[in-house]
Amino acid sequence: MTLLALSAVEKVFGGLRAIGGVSLAVEPGQIFGLIGPNGAGKTTIFNVVTGVYRPDGGRVTFDGEDISGWLPAKVAARGIARTFQNIRLFRSMTVEQNVMVAGFRIHKAGLLSAIVRNRRYHDDEREFSRRAAELLDIFKLRELAGEPAASLPYGSQRRLEIARALMLSPKLLLLDEPAAGMNSQEARALVEQIRFLRDELGLTVVLVEHNMSVVMSVCEQIHVVDHGETIAEGPPEQIREHPKVLAAYLGEESEAQAVKDYEAVSRPSHERPEEPDA
Amino acid sequence: MSQFIQQVINGLSLGSIYALIALGYTMVYGVLKLINFAHSEVFMVGAYSGFYAATFLGIDALDQSGQSFPLYLALVVLIVAMLVSATLGMTIERLAYRPLRNAPRLTPLITAIGMSLLLQNLGMLIFTPNPRRYPPILREVRFDFGGVIVTNIKLTIFAVAMALMVGLWFLVNRTWTGRAMRAVSMNLDAARLMGIDPDRTIGKTFAIGSALAAAGGILFGLDQITINPTMGTLTGLKAFVAAVLGGIGNIPGAALGGLLIGLSEQLVAGYISPDYRDAITFLILIVILILRPEGILGVVRQEKV
Repeated sequence: MTLLALSAVEKVFGGLRAIGGVSLAVEPGQIFGLIGPNGAGKTTIFNVVTGVYRPDGGRVTFDGEDISGWLPAKVAARGIARTFQNIRLFRSMTVEQNVMVAGFRIHKAGLLSAIVRNRRYHDDEREFSRRAAELLDIFKLRELAGEPAASLPYGSQRRLEIARALMLSPKLLLLDEPAAGMNSQEARALVEQIRFLRDELGLTVVLVEHNMSVVMSVCEQIHVVDHGETIAEGPPEQIREHPKVLAAYLGEESEAQAVKDYEAVSRPSHERPEEPDA
Repeated sequence: MSQFIQQVINGLSLGSIYALIALGYTMVYGVLKLINFAHSEVFMVGAYSGFYAATFLGIDALDQSGQSFPLYLALVVLIVAMLVSATLGMTIERLAYRPLRNAPRLTPLITAIGMSLLLQNLGMLIFTPNPRRYPPILREVRFDFGGVIVTNIKLTIFAVAMALMVGLWFLVNRTWTGRAMRAVSMNLDAARLMGIDPDRTIGKTFAIGSALAAAGGILFGLDQITINPTMGTLTGLKAFVAAVLGGIGNIPGAALGGLLIGLSEQLVAGYISPDYRDAITFLILIVILILRPEGILGVVRQEKV
């Protein structure tokens, strides 16, 4: 059964059609790529799925349930976790605390337990810090557990966002440009980590990414959008060759030129590391 | 020397009241980036709730018969006032601020000023503008330490305020409610996508801040003997300056700022002239805004270009 399905989803901002009827289906256990030029509507699709935006048309179905228009906290509780294009960590919390926060919806110890510090409180805390430690291990952040999140290098902050999202025990993980700002070595490690999530933790992953070597090596199915509309979908080999995809990325240039420029253009300049949010 | 110690003791006692109120400003600013001007009226309503609760519990009869008010009843008065103010704070947020969650930042700010005026005038209508003598929840006992007079009231004010602040620290740093509050204040978008309901968390923040203001109101009544419906204006403004001084949005900063404002007010009143006790607070505000606008414990924010 399809895990996440968008059927004819639309989102309009003022007069601008950010998404104009996109349909896609993500199967359980898939690593699914969502690509397209800048401003194509990829992040908007993530925002509609996670409830940040309410769709203006169409339906979002997750795990057999219509979740269109649900509030973000409810969507998160239902099993969809995500990371952000521009990193959104809890900057003055430590690395470990960042991960722990995402345990909010499953914590059992109420205010009273915290006050009297009973068994339930300690069990809760122990369980959450054990899980946080596991996740930090996967992403090689264990040694940094006590550091403030803001002090981490850019690539580590991206990995911390993924670790935090996993604390929700999601079924589906949406990664918004996880390789942005990473060097090629970090990007290769990221590919391994994404495979690990699917193979060992049984997660389904949807990935928005501009780094084509990451997309092509990890994704099994790729969906290409441009100007808010689907222009192609298929396995990486097909997408690599697809004339519409090449045209969307490269404009009206000749195909020979297109292939030549491919590597250069597939890493647009905005990927360079930015200063994290102030 | 004994005069100095005397002023410091009085200053810490007064400052701890400012600190309790400043915490509400700073917590709400933390989660909503809004200066809740109605907070000074929540403080005033807290004081009046305590006044009516004590009256209802028969404090006058006890007082006239020369008996003192039992401690557990004083605690009941405190809890009643905190509950009334918490409810009021949450109601204000629900009715006046939540519908404006996505409005430009100036809109809720103007609404906050309107809410403050509305509540103050309702206060004059319901409680009458006449000052009321605050019921003697505590009977004053004076201790003389070599010329330094310490009353049990000053000590109680300081102790109650400190206990509440320790409780708040515990709540913010050691409970899931506090974890959610910190997450929302650092990044609302990320918090809600991590399964935290921002509306509930913001509601709780208003409730906690308002309850602290109510405690401040009762302590203020104990200290100043009289209360009136406009008592929130000046005291609330000073507490707001305290929050800015400590670094708005910073919880330990609000506590520190409150104590510093109380101390400077008492020292100026004692050594220069009581006429300048209000002016010093606003002088501090001007100086801090010029020299260190982010406050003592505030973090310098880098503008993203």
